[in-house]
Parts: sequence; structure tokens; C-alpha cells
Amino acid sequence: MSKATLQRRPLVKKILEGADDNLLVIAGLGSANWDVTEAGDRPLNMPLWGSMGAPVPMGLGLALAQPKKRVLVITGDGDMLMSLSSLATVAAQQPDNLAIVVLDNEKFGETGNQATATAPRNNGPTDSGAGTDLAMIAKGCGIADSGTVREAGEVAQLVKDARITKGPVFRLVKVMVEKLEFVMPPQDGAHLKDRFRQALGIKPT
Amino acid sequence: MNVELKSAEWKDQIFDVFQDHDIKQVFHVPDAGHSRLIELCQKSNSIRTLALTTEEEGIPLAAGAWLGGQRSVLLMQSSGVGNTINLMGMPKTLRFPFLTLITMRGDYGEFNSWQYPMGQATPKVLEAMGVLVYSVDKPEEVKATVDAAARSAFNGGQSVAVLLRQKLLGIKNFGKK
Repeated sequence: MSKATLQRRPLVKKILEGADDNLLVIAGLGSANWDVTEAGDRPLNMPLWGSMGAPVPMGLGLALAQPKKRVLVITGDGDMLMSLSSLATVAAQQPDNLAIVVLDNEKFGETGNQATATAPRNNGPTDSGAGTDLAMIAKGCGIADSGTVREAGEVAQLVKDARITKGPVFRLVKVMVEKLEFVMPPQDGAHLKDRFRQALGIKPT
Repeated sequence: MNVELKSAEWKDQIFDVFQDHDIKQVFHVPDAGHSRLIELCQKSNSIRTLALTTEEEGIPLAAGAWLGGQRSVLLMQSSGVGNTINLMGMPKTLRFPFLTLITMRGDYGEFNSWQYPMGQATPKVLEAMGVLVYSVDKPEEVKATVDAAARSAFNGGQSVAVLLRQKLLGIKNFGKK
């Protein structure tokens, strides 16, 4: 397999370009959070600072509660690997407003770029994974519209699939390993949750 | 009163409490103790019922539902509580209401030794994560307890677990006398 050439930050920026009140975004902890925040912090982003494995079920609960809005989960391969079976839970519900985009750099970025299971096998003593194909897992779980994006020429279609294609949609995007600046949103979970609900017009209890 | 009838009665009452509190999403794993309640939820037009692959999914699902303005409940067994503990921090960190109803194993008269470690640790680990633990072992107290738990959760903003004790559920014996 050829080396990844897509850069995560400009890619996420393109996916989120022109985001309006119709787009609800959940970002997984670590790099995906910083990527989404660099594209522009907004009340209808829910960037996680912890809770690894939570973004997909969180996106599902939100998609069912807000069926008229588009819900987009953006997370990394390490996070997705921790909640593989939640893809079956998504498939059972078939939410037509949910898209999941996994940015796969084959590394655990926050802990020092150790290989994840999505890294190739026989990749040397410290960087070998299992060659795990997350798009195939999503498809096997029952998300029929699952696919992988590798080339710059596929990005325009990826943006459409993330934003408007009938869900559930799963896209695995192979991205480069890069050293990037931390771009951090507010950390207070209660604040992030409250501003999100307020932006949706939900009254406080 | 016939024991089976009595059991059906309090399970129906829990469903009524869900309706009173405007519960819109119910998350569950397969469970003998909760099966009648799960079926009532599945047949309801006002409740979306989700079968989970692991109890852990129930916490972020509840977070997502609440972000979108809906109340939810997680139904599980005590043996699944351990699967939820890390993410049980989410209701604290995000400060959202959380309600779970737990059918107990490894409790009163349990015959299966494998159920005891998690069953006996259940109230302790929940409390360690800041969850209020209510316990009920009499059929006539189920409705009031679940209602109080829903108030503590959705009005009081707490994480609350109701333990449906094995004394209430009956002792599973796989036909052994």
C-alpha cells in the first residue's frame, strides 16, 4: 500500500466549510478534536477531551434525537478501534442523518505515535499493526455505504458524503502522519454541552 | 396474589414511569429480568429502543440524546456495570442527567459463583463514580423508587442507578431445586 498523501487539517476544513445550524459535529479526543477546532470553534461542535470510544454512540444518540439535522462524527483510528462494535449498533438503527469520518494515520498520536492495528503487518519491530481495515469492518457490521478515501481527487465527493449523502455513511480516510499545532477548544464539558443545546434552541432544565 | 402477575404489574409500572417522564430513548442489552419492560418499549410509538453490543455504549448514547434534547434510560444487569465505569465519568464531566435500571445478579441467593464479584461490587463502583444508588426489593416499592430516581436524574441533574434486587426478581436456578 502506498504512503498516505492527504493532510488531515485542510481536509477537515473542507468538510466543515460553510457549516450552518444544520450541521452537528462530534469530534473524538486528541487530533480529531484539534483538527475540527482549527477549522473553527462553534457551539454546534462537541469536541471531546476524553471518553475514548464515545463519539460513535454519542453521534447515534444525537442523530436519533435530532432527525432533521445532519450529524457528523469525526474521529481517529485509535478511537474507532476502541468502539468497533458500536458500528453494529449504528447499523441496527440505520440513522439516515449520520455520517462517520475516521481519519486514519495508523498511529496513536496523543501517546507518541505508536502503531495502531490499522498499520500494516511486517512494518518493522516497533511500527507493525494488523492491517485492520475499518471500512470493511463498518461494512461487515451492516453499514452498507462504507468506503475508503486515499486521493486528493476523491475529497470533493468525501465532503458531499459527509454532509449530505443519505446515512448511515462511513468513510475511512487515510491521512499522513504529521506533527501539528494543538488548536484547543474550551475544555469545560458542561459549557460545551450547554452551548450546544442552547444553539439548538433547547431550554435549560 | 399470583407471583407472575405481581411481577408483570411492577414491570408495567416502570414503563408508565418512563412515559410520565417523557423518556424517548431506551438502551438495553438482552436481559431476562428486563425482558417484559424491553418489549413494552419496543412496541411503544413514543420510545426508540436500541439493543447494544456492550453496556458501555449506553453512556455516550445518553450524552448524545441529551445533547439533542431527549431523555433516555439504560437497562442493564449488574454483570454489565463494570463495562460502563470509565464512561460513567461523562455525566459528571458534561453535567447531564443519567438514569440506569440494573437487574441484580450475584445478590440474594445467587447460585452462580461467577456472578458474585461484579454483583457485590456493583453499588460500590457506582458510588465511586458519583452515581446515586437506589435499591428496591419489594414489588410495591418499584414504581415510587423508579419515579424518585427519574426525578433525581432529570429534575435534580444527577446520575442515578436503581438496583432491582434479586429478592425482587426471584432467584435464577436453571431448574435446580
